[in-house]
Parts: sequence; C-alpha cells; structure tokens
Amino acid sequence: MIDLGKEDLAKYPFLAEAGEYIRDRGFNLEEFGHSDFKPVLEKAYNRIQVATTGKIYNSDLHLDNLDSEILSFVISIIMLKSVGISSLTRRFSLAEARRAERYLQQDINRSKDGSRVELAFKILRDVFSIDVNVIHDDFVISVSDYVHRAIHFHEKEWKLVNRRVENGLVYLNSHETVRLIRRELDNYINSKIQSVSIPSVPKAFDEHVSVLRSLAKKFTSTFEISTEYPPCIKHAIEVLDKGENLPHSGRFMLATFLLTKGKNIEQIVPLFKNAPDYNEKVTRYQLEHLAGKTGAGKKYSCPSCDKLRSEDLCFEIPACNNIINPLQFGKKRIRNA
Amino acid sequence: MGKKESEMHEKNLALVEEAFKKYYFDHFDQIHVPPRTSEREFGYQKFNLGMKRHLAIKNDQDLHLLLMTQIPSDVYCSNGYYSFPNLPMAEKDWKEADLIFDLDAKDLNLPCRKDHTCIKCNNCQNTSIYQTTCPNCASTKIEIKSVTCQNCISELKKEVKKLLTILKEDLGINNEDIQVFFSGNEGFHVHAVNSQYQTLTRERTELIDYIMFKGAIPESFGFTKQNFSKTSFPEPNEKGWGGRVSKAIFNSKAKRTKAIQQILQGGYSVFNSRLEKLQNTIGIKIDPNVTADIHRIFRLGGSINSKSGLSKILCKDFVDDFDPYLEACFIDDEETQVLANCPVQFKLKNKKYGPYTNEKISVPKYAAIYMICKGLADAS
Repeated sequence: MIDLGKEDLAKYPFLAEAGEYIRDRGFNLEEFGHSDFKPVLEKAYNRIQVATTGKIYNSDLHLDNLDSEILSFVISIIMLKSVGISSLTRRFSLAEARRAERYLQQDINRSKDGSRVELAFKILRDVFSIDVNVIHDDFVISVSDYVHRAIHFHEKEWKLVNRRVENGLVYLNSHETVRLIRRELDNYINSKIQSVSIPSVPKAFDEHVSVLRSLAKKFTSTFEISTEYPPCIKHAIEVLDKGENLPHSGRFMLATFLLTKGKNIEQIVPLFKNAPDYNEKVTRYQLEHLAGKTGAGKKYSCPSCDKLRSEDLCFEIPACNNIINPLQFGKKRIRNA
Repeated sequence: MGKKESEMHEKNLALVEEAFKKYYFDHFDQIHVPPRTSEREFGYQKFNLGMKRHLAIKNDQDLHLLLMTQIPSDVYCSNGYYSFPNLPMAEKDWKEADLIFDLDAKDLNLPCRKDHTCIKCNNCQNTSIYQTTCPNCASTKIEIKSVTCQNCISELKKEVKKLLTILKEDLGINNEDIQVFFSGNEGFHVHAVNSQYQTLTRERTELIDYIMFKGAIPESFGFTKQNFSKTSFPEPNEKGWGGRVSKAIFNSKAKRTKAIQQILQGGYSVFNSRLEKLQNTIGIKIDPNVTADIHRIFRLGGSINSKSGLSKILCKDFVDDFDPYLEACFIDDEETQVLANCPVQFKLKNKKYGPYTNEKISVPKYAAIYMICKGLADAS
C-alpha cells in the first residue's frame, strides 16, 4: 500500500482514499452549511463553472489549501447531484479528468529523476489496469493495452504503425501515456458521481445550485427529433442530449446525415452544445467543412450502414429494411409497403 | 469463383473420396485436435454438400471417427475459444481467439503467375492458358486455376519470415507459441497462441495495419511539418518499422545524406506517397479479413485441402528447403487413368506433369487427384 499524502488526495480527489480522508476527519454534510465553509462552497461552485466554459480548473496546491481542495471536489459533487442535470455532470467529469491528467503527467515524468512516483503508476494500474514501465526516457505499455485504447482515437499518429513498437511494448511520452486514458478517467469520475447518494442538501447550497441549473440550460438541446430518423441517428442525438461523449465517427455520421437532409448549420450547431468538449467555433468550422463550404469544397456524405456497423454506431431495427445507408431510411419502406 | 468443384461428377467423387479416406486412415498421426479442444468450434464440408459447423469435438478419437465416417472434403476448427462451441453463434459465449494469418501466393501478384495459371470456362468447360475470355465460346464466366509454382512458394517463404520477425521482435510473441503451416494449396497459415492479443476483438485491425504497414505518416518517420532535420530520420539499426523504412529508403550509409536531401526537397506530400508505396514492398501481404475474424473456422492442421489433394501440414522449424509439393503430398502413387485437360505444367514429388490437351493418361494417383481437385481432369 502507498501512503497517500494530502497533496496526493488534492490532486486525485476522485480516489476512494480521498473519501476516507474526509470521513476520518469527521466532516459531515450539515457542517458544510456553516458559514465557515463559505469559501469552500465558492471554490466548489467555481470548479463546476470553469468546467462549463471548457477550461480546466487550476488547483492551488499550497499546503494551507489542501483541505479545501479536497473538500471542494466533494462539495462540487453534492452540488451537481442536487442540480441533477447529466450534461452538466459530464462536463464536470471531463474537465476533472483533464485536470487529473495534468498531475498524472507531471508525476510520471518525475519518475525520470528517480523520485517516488508510485502513486501515479498505481492509479494507472489499479484504476485503469495499465501497467506502465519506464525504459530510459520512455514510458512503455503493452501493445494490447495500447491498441485497446488507441482504437478510439481518430488521429493517424495514434495508429500502432506510427508508434515505436518493440518486444510487445509501445513507447510513449508522458503526455501520450495519460492522454490514452482520458476517456476512462472521465467515465470513472462520472461513475463515482453517479454512485453517490445524498439524502438532503443544506440550504446554504441553494443559491449556487440554482445558478448552476440556469447555467446548465445552455447545454440542453431543443432539437426536435423527427420520427423519420433512423435508429442510429436517434441514438446519436440521445447520447449528445445526455451530455455523453459521442465519438468522432458518430458526430461525423450525425452531421453529414442532417446536412444531406437539408438542415442548415444554424440548426445543427445547437445539437452539439451538449457534448462535454463543446466549443461553438470549432463545431461551426467543422460543420462548414463537412458541408463543403471551406477547404477544397468537398461535400462529405453520410457513411454506409456497413461502415457504421463496424464502428458500433448501428442500432438496426426491422424498419431499416436492409437499407445500405441511413439516408434511405423510410424511403424503401414506403416503396415496399 | 462460381459453382466450381462443388459439383464433382460421380466418377471423380468416388476416386477422390476413396483417396481422402485412405489418407485419413493411414495418417491419423498427422491429424490432431488443437489444444483446449473442448472450447473450439469444428466444422467440415463434404463433397457436393454445404458446410456443417458448430460442432464440438472432445479429442483425437472423436476427430478420427468423424473423418472416417464422413470423409469430409475439408475440415475446419475455430481460432476462437467458447464456453459453448456447439451452440449457435450468438449463444456460444466467445472468450478469446488465437491470432491467425493467411498468406496466399495470389496476393503476391508475381510475374510468374501467368505461367502457372489457366482458365476453365464455366459455360463450355473448356480449359486454356490464362486469358480473360474463353477462347472456345467467348464467355467471360471463367474460373482461374493456379497450379504449383516453386517461385511463388519461395517468395511466400520470404513473406512468412518477415511476418515471423514482426510477430516476435515487434509484437513480442514467443517463438514456441507460433506455428507455421503450409495451407495445402498455395499459401501458408501462421497461428499464434497464448499471446497478449488473445482477447482483442476489433483492435485486431490495428495489428493488421501495423503488419501491412498501412496508415504510416511522415511525422512518425522523421518528417514533421514544422521542423525536421537530417538527424530526425530513422537509422537502419533501429528496431521495428523505423529501421525497416530506413533500410528501404536509404539502403546504404553513403547514399543516406543524398537520399535525405532529396526527401527534404520533395516535401511532405512526396514523402507521404513514398511511405504509401512502401506498403507494397515492405508491408506484409497477409489477408486482412482472416486476421480480423475472431469467429473464423480455419482449415485444421493435418487435414486435406480439397482444392488440391495436398495436406495442410506443420512446417517444423520453418526452413528454406521445405518443399510443400514433396512434403504435403500424401496420396499414394498407384497408377491412375484420367482424361486430362491441363494446359499448364505442374510439379509434384519432384516430377513434372503436363501440359495435357484432352489426353487420356496414366499418372500416379496424387497427380490424378491434384488435377481432378483443380477441375483440370476427369476420372475415366
């Protein structure tokens, strides 16, 4: 077992040990309502608010602050639970994942100077089942652990063929090593939040909760799902609606489908505002690109059912009637009726 | 290919079945169930009949009984391991699968191919040397038939060796967990068991692209868009693709400086297309569909291949002098009469046969069976 210091807990407050620490210190929910905790409440609110802007919350790991760092994470969760809007929670978990990623990267980097950094490696091993080892200046993980995660990335640099591979191991730098687990870290933090149950929330939280609720409205889509849409498209919209992460291939499918169906960019942009990594400018640019309005002017078409099946994006129902592209949904059915 | 041998005539069928039965009876020692037998799915085909799969087999005795009673034309076994191998696919409960590779001579597209390939017309049954339409009736419904070729085999062996290097040195698979088989026709099968890749599913496509050298980008081989220099390019002694690319592009140290200068002058996109072209030379020509398939039933080692009458056999200590046309040919040499229409020459057990044009000939049984299996002769 590794003895976790307070600073470790402040860096990685999603670890079970952080919860134990708070329990051992005898904090309870009612106490948080006390005016002494006002700065911590502010901090917790700030943590969520920063996440909604797509930025990463900067922790102050000064010794005097460590308790409030750890507590503010817990209080953020309590606030999110009482807001009860999953798209807000997803944004928070992604931002916290990216925050922890920074510390993991720093910590595993320190192993190069021979410092004690077992914790970061232990988190990677225990929570994400990846054994990371150090060979000279590089971090290595097994090829199977690597491809299992890298397959979700669409940039070519993540393809195994573009990696240094030796003896069943992939060589990575510290950034790549932790980037590989962002999705899992995000899901892990999110599931932690889901598993928390809170009986009643002190009155002192009310104000923050109501501000957060109105903030979250920004992410709730008002897009009307046509009943004429095929199940794959409906599913993608639902995923986005819940504030969950739709993979790049799913976003591509959804955008090209709607563009071909005659929706304009103004109508499509709001659909994506729920995505945990939403950035309006980027979304707009990407949609314009798909519509052929920028770049070489190539208009992208909706992927075939075969392709979607291979990407786990197909949710075939009998009404699909053996169509080969989602765009045909409904048409063939009418003709055959 | 269309209907082909599946409609073997009665006389041919009797001859081939008898020969296969004799092989299975005489060579039980060649045919063993693979390890963890009870977790595998088996399947077989009989001449002129469809595939029977989802079978569970317990041991060698069970397998031998099946071979003797059914006299299959082809026998298969899954690379996958299941809790319930004999249930329908959705209920089998897949656990893991061995890595399998198929290297086929036709995928090498060697220049010698036209010399040992002929066509059989599905319309008029005429056979002739390789062309795109039937010279007899001008039909385009033709089947391409390829016969033995030492050049193809020796080129394939090089390909297999390259694959073995990647499997061992790059992917870290133990030598004792890898087996190389001659496929029984014109290819090699490589099986790898117990590796760290057993439980991979969709991710196998990444291993395939790696082995085939597909999707490589200039950035990974020293050419970044922002900054690059002579020293950023891989050295030939590097492990993995870095070293192999370096060897392919800069073959000698003296030429290295000049080659790098050319690359830098050519720019990013020229280097990019160069890497793409390297796929054809240094990438391994495996059949990607086979390796990606975790539910495949794959030809069982030791069984006869009905496309040729040769057996799928293990190449122990895979060596250069392995001659499949000698070592995988187990059918006896009893003189057998056939009516042969084999426009190309082939070689079995160090003896040349053909070409034959509608000739009644007497040849050793293995050669007769070979031609019948290829659809280039009929029992008379």
